[in-house]
Amino acid sequence: MQKHTFTISLFAGIFVLTALAQFGVINQYLQSVIMLMGVNIILSTSLNLVNGYMGEFSCGHGGFMCVGAYVSSVVTVLLFSKNHILGAPLLPPSLALFAFPLALFAGAAVAAVAGLVVAIPSFKTRGDYLAIITLAANYIVISAIDNMEIIGGPRGFMGMNATVHGMEGLLDIPWMLLWVLFGTVFTVWLLRRFVTSTLGKGVPAIAQDEIAAEIMSVDTNRMKLIAFMLSSGLAGLAGGLFAHILGYVNPHSFDIMKSTEVMVMVYLGGMGSLSGATLSAVLFTVLLEVLRPLEIWKWVVIPLLLILLMQFRPEGIMGNKELSDLFPKLKKYYSFK
Amino acid sequence: MSLLEIKGLTRRFGGLIAVNDFNIELGEREMVALIGPNGAGKTTVFNLISGFYQPSEGGITINGRDTKGMRPHQVTSLGVARTFQGIRLWGEMTVLDNIRVSQHYRAGYSLLDCFLRTKKYMGREAEIERVAWELLEAMDLKEYALELPRNLSYGLQRRVEIARAMSLKPSLLLLDEPAAGLNSSDVEGLIKLVRWIHDTFPVTIWMIEHQMKVVMSLCTRIKVVDFGATIADGSPEEIQNNHAVIKAYLGDDTI
Repeated sequence: MQKHTFTISLFAGIFVLTALAQFGVINQYLQSVIMLMGVNIILSTSLNLVNGYMGEFSCGHGGFMCVGAYVSSVVTVLLFSKNHILGAPLLPPSLALFAFPLALFAGAAVAAVAGLVVAIPSFKTRGDYLAIITLAANYIVISAIDNMEIIGGPRGFMGMNATVHGMEGLLDIPWMLLWVLFGTVFTVWLLRRFVTSTLGKGVPAIAQDEIAAEIMSVDTNRMKLIAFMLSSGLAGLAGGLFAHILGYVNPHSFDIMKSTEVMVMVYLGGMGSLSGATLSAVLFTVLLEVLRPLEIWKWVVIPLLLILLMQFRPEGIMGNKELSDLFPKLKKYYSFK
Repeated sequence: MSLLEIKGLTRRFGGLIAVNDFNIELGEREMVALIGPNGAGKTTVFNLISGFYQPSEGGITINGRDTKGMRPHQVTSLGVARTFQGIRLWGEMTVLDNIRVSQHYRAGYSLLDCFLRTKKYMGREAEIERVAWELLEAMDLKEYALELPRNLSYGLQRRVEIARAMSLKPSLLLLDEPAAGLNSSDVEGLIKLVRWIHDTFPVTIWMIEHQMKVVMSLCTRIKVVDFGATIADGSPEEIQNNHAVIKAYLGDDTI
């Protein structure tokens, strides 16, 4: 029983949060902060796979998030909203609940395929040169969408609210909050299973000595393919959730600024630490909200904090350790496979 | 059929001929040394075998399979393991994890198995873990299992590197200067270890080594190369008295 404490409290937490939101104990604003937190956790843990575990420097995570956001949005809008492409919605709103996870999955899958733009060059390219490729990938995505008039181009794309209303029509609970919480748990669960397996440990082996990895039977190209596609796919999931929280997307919400934000979270939390990336995503989201009164000046304060962090604790909050390495007693409360 | 067969192996880097018409045939459970002055092309031969470089001419056959065009991890899965001149362990991973990851090709489960923790996954992981612990036990490394390699002494790191290579269950083990940087008592330990491995596992060992003490006490056959070309091949006694070898190492005594 004690071994399941963590899992039980996790699901109890989700239940309580949803209930509190349902009965108006936590207001819309707090709900949106929590949802943003979840999206940021997905982004930072998934980028950590590449920047932390694999030791590459991907600075185009926003681009993959953008792919996921647009693909899932286009799917739900075509299915459930009146739109200028197909006219009337294809499905009745009562099906939104079942179609929404599929739309999210579609977004993630296309984002994973988009990850190939970086994964294939990574076979031969490393370090700074690969970083430039990731940057290019980010620009390609943003510019391509800017030029697609059919999905709004630079004006953005909207109409996703119909899907959320469709779900609420079926059962009136804060669906988006629930989806974000599930998406977050799913992401961390998936990544944790991957990085603790012998297969997944081939990823840090590449970071620490790629030649030794290849000689010791690790198919480095396959590992890079998995790492980049998993990372960009999960960024796509975050994008899909983000788009449906706001009900509106604009290509420029996913430009290099977004990618930088995610990178800051990864370096703040510690490379190669899932609990670190989770913790820093929560902290970062809170920090952004707390500093909101500073308005644009917060973009002076936050980078300054980053400089101080790099000076005094360059390994990030957690280093490359997990929470359970620092507090071994925690291990009593869970039994993850 | 011989374990390893190299015929007319040549590798050029621009105008430089690093390896020139190299031939060797190794049978099962042999213990052979490759010696020669610095820059003679010894490590290049190992790099060609493990698939790092592709030969300019000639071919390599391992267990009857031509390795032409294979990537290093594919060559490794044919049963070739090696160590490096400088130690190349994964420094941020525990000793145990080093020996788990090196069994990557034996994992054999898909990504989906990994996510869902299927029966196949659990079985393979248990097997990998069992092999790792057995090897750590056999090679007296058990107490260091959860240490990071970079915290261990050089001699121990060398031992871990050999253990990692052995976790691949190779039929051919290539040791690139295993005694480099070891003190004399570590060298004694290394000789014992290599002999024990050779007695215990069905493996052919081929080493590049400069310390004659190691070569003479372990190997039954020695091949000498200089400037990419083979200058002698024979038993330790034959090599010790070979004029060409003495000339390559000490220079010509005729004026």
